[in-house]
Amino acid sequence: MKLNELTAHEILDLIKAGKETPAAVYKSVKEQISKTEGKVHAYARLIDNQEIDNKLRVDSCPIPIAIKDNICIKDNETTCASKILQGFKPPYDATVIKKLKDSKAIFVGNANMDEFAFGSSCETSAFGPTRNPWNIDCVPGGSSGGSAAAVASSEAVWAIGSDTGGSIRQPACLCGVVGLKPTYGVVSRFGLIAFASSLDQIGPITKDVIDNALLLNIISGYDENDSTSVKMEKPDYTKALIKDIKGIRIGIPKEYFIEGIDPEVEKSVKDSIEKLKSLGAVVKEISLPHTEYAVATYYITATAEASSNLARFDGVQYGLRAIPKSQRKNPIVDMYEETRNQGFGREAKRRIMLGTYALSSGYYDAYYLRALKVRTLIKNDFDKVFKDCDCIVTPTSPTTAFKIGERMDDPIAMYLSDIYTIPANLSGIPAISIPCGFSKNNLPIGLQIMAKAFDEKMLFKVAYAYEQSTDWHKKRVSL
Amino acid sequence: MISEKDVKYAASLSRIHLSDEEAKPLTKDLEKILHYVEKLQKLDVSKVEPTSHVLPIKNVYREDKVRSSLSQEEALKIAVEKIKGSYKVPKVIE
Repeated sequence: MKLNELTAHEILDLIKAGKETPAAVYKSVKEQISKTEGKVHAYARLIDNQEIDNKLRVDSCPIPIAIKDNICIKDNETTCASKILQGFKPPYDATVIKKLKDSKAIFVGNANMDEFAFGSSCETSAFGPTRNPWNIDCVPGGSSGGSAAAVASSEAVWAIGSDTGGSIRQPACLCGVVGLKPTYGVVSRFGLIAFASSLDQIGPITKDVIDNALLLNIISGYDENDSTSVKMEKPDYTKALIKDIKGIRIGIPKEYFIEGIDPEVEKSVKDSIEKLKSLGAVVKEISLPHTEYAVATYYITATAEASSNLARFDGVQYGLRAIPKSQRKNPIVDMYEETRNQGFGREAKRRIMLGTYALSSGYYDAYYLRALKVRTLIKNDFDKVFKDCDCIVTPTSPTTAFKIGERMDDPIAMYLSDIYTIPANLSGIPAISIPCGFSKNNLPIGLQIMAKAFDEKMLFKVAYAYEQSTDWHKKRVSL
Repeated sequence: MISEKDVKYAASLSRIHLSDEEAKPLTKDLEKILHYVEKLQKLDVSKVEPTSHVLPIKNVYREDKVRSSLSQEEALKIAVEKIKGSYKVPKVIE
């Protein structure tokens, strides 16, 4: 295998043994990009002139990383893949970027994404779609599609994404890599351009579970700049990487194996559950009775929050400013309205308007307040189940990667791509997606594991035990 | 269900100028989505408290002391238009 195809922990071993240098690793990533980026389009833009320090401290982690285009890197254009932020160069670093810089990370580029993370396919990007490295006619998933595609195509060794309703796990699943949404509050969101603040969480996308724990070690921790960041002792997540799941109680929610699930996905997931059983886990059927309301609850609460968060993009301070040719209302209002008309794509407009409608006088109780109450019911389902279960295992996505364009005209079909991932965001709990098979068409299938809040170690333990007894994570794309 | 007039009203609340050509398909999209979320009306939530936030933390304050922040110059470096240390915008009052 070429250097860029290795995992971060394999590369770190080589660097520490003096057999390779960070500069050589970066060079092999750049070579891969020049070869495959034309097909994959994982990046919104590349970051050049990276200073590479070949001298290492004990805690250095000089690994080439892709950063989703909604996380601020100081003085480097960051746009959420939207026209409205074109030219925006943040005057500060996000906390995760600061932590990565401290660890000597090498920033390869800003990964492409759905505009403002609104999407499950990476097709709503103002820069055009990213393609799935396993089949370039298919979507990579979204919204962190660029991050997942960069890792799957070895155009980065690992990546950072953000997950509001599945935006790390679903693309990780569709691209055959490992993606974690940590518990709400574990990773600081300072410098993450907000979509839905009660749901957004930053997390790692990697080639295997060991890398995932390593990267979470780097980016997690309390931050006084994020008022939702949780003050707690920082665990060493790699301590959970032990291959022993004897007696671990795994719940399988019957509501997740329903009509609409691809039979190949169902079979792979059920085979994986058998595998976990053979490793000593105790598996039982459970019920999460409000599952069918999760997508509807999400699309009201997330769009309501988005409509408020995106109010700041008005052409006043930074990014795009557009003025209509002739006056419509008054000069300043015309400027706001024209900037937002030209700056936002169709899905962004759709969501901002849906959220505004759900919050508007006369509809607030029927839509927004009701959705918040149903959210309580969904969260209660999980609280109840975790009294007798250590974790829950499900598919990550009901299908493998779909064709580019296939779901663009049907918002509901697109929204249902996230049917299995949304509940973890609504409940604030951690969830990981790991590769668990391939379809006949050679498209990856993913397994999702969920645990109770702040029990990332349980996810890593079960995921690691599974990964150590399978080879799915070792497959690499040939492009 | 939602009419084109409602959509135009939501657009104006959202400060988005919407052409007639755009309003039609958007109305259809929103109609489909609102029809889908209608299922939330089936549940009895009369005795349920809303969850707007999952963590039991509230009233997060920091110590009341002066810290460094961006200088005016740094903050204005990315301004679309500026004038005398401020953002410049089109006329607010005619």
